[in-house]
Amino acid sequence: MDIELLTRLQFAVTTLYHYLFVPLSISLSISAALLQSASLVLDRRGAAQRSARHGRLALLTGKLLVATFAVGVVTGLVQEFQFGLSWSAFARFYGDVFGPTLAVEGMLAFFLEATFLGLWWFGRDRLPRALHLATIWVVAVGTTISAFVILAANSFMQNPVAYTVDEATGRARLGSFRDLLLNEVNLAAFPHTLAGSVMAGGALLMAVGVWHLLRGGHEATSEPFAAFRALSRFGAWLTLAGGAATALTGDVLGKVITRVQPMKMAAAEALYETTTAAPFSIFAYAPPGQDRPTFSVEVPGLLSFLAKGSFTAEVSGLKDLQEAYAAQFGPGDYTPWIPAAFWSFRLMIGVGVLAAAVALVHLWVTRSGRPLSVDTRLAPTVLWSVPVLPLLPLAANSFGWIFTETGRQPWLVLGLYRTADGVSPGLTAGEVLLSLAAFTAVYGALAWAWTVLVTRLVRAGLPADPAPRADGGTTGTTGTTDDADDADDADVALTY
Amino acid sequence: MDLPVLWFGVAVLAWVLFLVLEGFDFGVGFLGPLLGRTDAERGAAVRTVGPVWDGNEVWLVAAIGVTFAAFPDWYAALLSGLYLPMVAVLLLLAVRGVALEFRGKHDSPRWRARCDAALAGSSLLLAATWGAVLGVLVDGLALAADGEVHAGAGALGGLTRSLAPMASPWAVLGGLAGVLLATVHGATFLSLRTTGVLRARARRLAVATAPALATSALAVLLAAGQPAVAAAAALLAVTAVAAWRRAEALAFATSSLAVAVAVVAVFTAHLPVVLPSTLSAAGHVTLRGAAASQGALELISVVGVVVLPGVVAYQLWSYWVFRGRVASGHGPQRERTRRPQPARAGR
Ligand code: HDD
Ligand code: HEM
Ligand code: HEM
Repeated sequence: MDIELLTRLQFAVTTLYHYLFVPLSISLSISAALLQSASLVLDRRGAAQRSARHGRLALLTGKLLVATFAVGVVTGLVQEFQFGLSWSAFARFYGDVFGPTLAVEGMLAFFLEATFLGLWWFGRDRLPRALHLATIWVVAVGTTISAFVILAANSFMQNPVAYTVDEATGRARLGSFRDLLLNEVNLAAFPHTLAGSVMAGGALLMAVGVWHLLRGGHEATSEPFAAFRALSRFGAWLTLAGGAATALTGDVLGKVITRVQPMKMAAAEALYETTTAAPFSIFAYAPPGQDRPTFSVEVPGLLSFLAKGSFTAEVSGLKDLQEAYAAQFGPGDYTPWIPAAFWSFRLMIGVGVLAAAVALVHLWVTRSGRPLSVDTRLAPTVLWSVPVLPLLPLAANSFGWIFTETGRQPWLVLGLYRTADGVSPGLTAGEVLLSLAAFTAVYGALAWAWTVLVTRLVRAGLPADPAPRADGGTTGTTGTTDDADDADDADVALTY
Repeated sequence: MDLPVLWFGVAVLAWVLFLVLEGFDFGVGFLGPLLGRTDAERGAAVRTVGPVWDGNEVWLVAAIGVTFAAFPDWYAALLSGLYLPMVAVLLLLAVRGVALEFRGKHDSPRWRARCDAALAGSSLLLAATWGAVLGVLVDGLALAADGEVHAGAGALGGLTRSLAPMASPWAVLGGLAGVLLATVHGATFLSLRTTGVLRARARRLAVATAPALATSALAVLLAAGQPAVAAAAALLAVTAVAAWRRAEALAFATSSLAVAVAVVAVFTAHLPVVLPSTLSAAGHVTLRGAAASQGALELISVVGVVVLPGVVAYQLWSYWVFRGRVASGHGPQRERTRRPQPARAGR
């Protein structure tokens, strides 16, 4: 079998898998930090009940975070090794740029995240309250730094900057690290990615809240009901705000990418001919082997607007771009795989917008104190569809990456280095096949364990008030046990 | 300053820290179910590493990251040459980390039993695999002049390319040493961090295994004439005596040093060659030949000087926060009282 294809498939599988947990970690750490801050502020203001509610929600969010983070870390470790394992030629070429970037990320961010998450989770009884709160903020900042630095490495591949090519070895050499971080693609991709992450965690929290509200069993005036209502609305706000932000930042990113990778954006619309006032099709069908769709639903001028900011602007088509590339880089096929680019781009937007729309509906239905009430005949159906909700932004994120990475082909580093040249020269197809099977099996098992655990954590309901009482470290934590049905879980969660 | 040499030192230091710190994590991982007879005892064993294992594992991220950053050719040759063993290590680490982290998050004996089994199995295999990989490095890899290991003819679909080194005598020896070392080191750590029966059993295990390991190390010394092995054997002898005399801190310190000495010995055995080729000198990966550009090294030096002291400081702080022994009771590090809190108005 074709080793290049296998190696790409393995990279795609492992990276996309890592990126299921990353956006959740980023946004759950931010959410836990926000909720715990709110709890502290409310406590200072004397609103004891609302303070406790936020504290309990922060702890629930924290449980989901810790479970997610663990998978994010172990799959991230795989990423760190991948470039040497299967892409050793690329690692030699790009090592001078990528190696230091990864090392800086490790020193700056990974140590922070890992150490402070341990301090936050286990340090509840041991740290003074404000310091304990600070530890989760450090985690949140750490994950964000991680994202920024790693995206700089990826942005180099989309739009190489701040490098020279060594005459003797033909390898890239790092120029200014500052310029590498401030790559215009990174400056646009980082906010977009962050917004997409916020959506992912938001949708998860919204789903947790909605599930508890719909499942019934809580009095509409009870504390758990109030708490889950608050959680569902908090999650919905994050999803909606994240959705708006992804759209705004995505628009900026699209314009940057049109400039640096016109081929990718032409592929996104399957635009073969250079066109003025280019339309954007919501849906299109072209029979195999044909350039033009036999059926499509189009918004006139929208592509021109997305790409250039004007409804009448000229957008370069695939054929012209192919000719230009062939003239510049020599004969060859410089067009990415169109269906992947076309559909992943639409699905990213469509699935993401759907999640934001659900959030909007939820906020509307539960506006100004209304409890969530669903027609009893509909309730089972709605309840069944709740677990799909968090999958929507995750899918949008995956589609976004599939678009970004396949749309760059045949290049690994645009205009500098081809994918076909990057594979480890000694690697055999048997090895990749075996490892691909092993990754699939183990990652499948991890996904199963994560799902089982998260489902159980969610079902267990609201944990007891976790507010640390480590004033001088003399008293232990005292759980409030007034909600008998969900209180027993709290102890277990803090235990090994 | 001579940056490649400096960064070689940092890389070796990161590998040392990773193997010393995760060495006891691995040991605890497979000793916990062995020494802990009850669920609570097993839980206490796991809790000794619970808050710190992730921070420890980041030293692997650091080690591989520094190796990549400062010596891209070394990183590329090492990982692509040991492709399948490294994939195995990564998958085992994944299983282990998740088992450890998930164990206490759900209150069901079956769930915990499954996590314990996954944790013990993966920890044992990790100790063996890392030991074997270090053993392979003593000899080197079949690197061609392009820095890659190429498949021989008729190799089982190419699978033997990266698996074959794991069957060499050095690898087998390394694997055994890895398991024994993790046993001693994990036992000294457990006896230092636990109470009651768990502590006593761990200490007895250290007393029983350390001399065996010291003796086999001496045998290796006689066979191969590695002076570093003598140092490791001497340290392990001290570990045995210290554990026997109940000087738990000293026992742990010396078992840590023994791991460190072994790792440094492997990495510096062939300097200035950092990864020898078993085929020809043309395939050797050398310290200077593999080094990144001056600019890249300067960058990581500046960041390292600014950031790493802070990293070490907050990791030490974390160990300080979680100091003290872990009892085999239920609950986190301290006894938790579960009285309703009186001071809360309105509830
Ligand atoms: C919830 C997730 C989500 C949502 C709703 C959107 N995106 Fe997105 N998009 C991503 C998540 C994402 C991503 C996974 O985060 C990507 C992959 C690489 C990157 O930088 O962000 C991405 C990439 C990406 C790229 C390619 C960047 C590149 O090639 O480097 C473009 C042009 C857009 N997006 C544009 C949009 C537009 C115009 C949207 C309109 C609503 C949009 N995205 C919604
Ligand atoms: C393909 C390149 C990537 C590599 C080599 C990589 C590497 C890693 C490593 C080694 C870890 C574990 C850190 C630890 O031990 O604490 C990790 C976790 C993490 N990575 Fe990645 N990563 C990659 C892609 C990404 C991307 C694109 C993002 C964000 C946009 C990201 C964000 C994170 C975050 C936030 C964590 C924290 C842990 C978690 O998510 O649970 N990573 N990554
Ligand atoms: C620093 C960050 C990253 C680097 C250096 C990087 C590098 C690479 C490399 C070497 C390949 C293999 C060759 C190829 O097929 O293009 C690749 C492909 C791919 N990557 Fe990235 N990547 C990064 C981040 C990500 C992230 C975070 C994702 C998504 C979660 C991602 C998704 C993919 C996908 C889906 C492919 C397969 C594309 C294809 O086969 O055509 N990448 N990337």
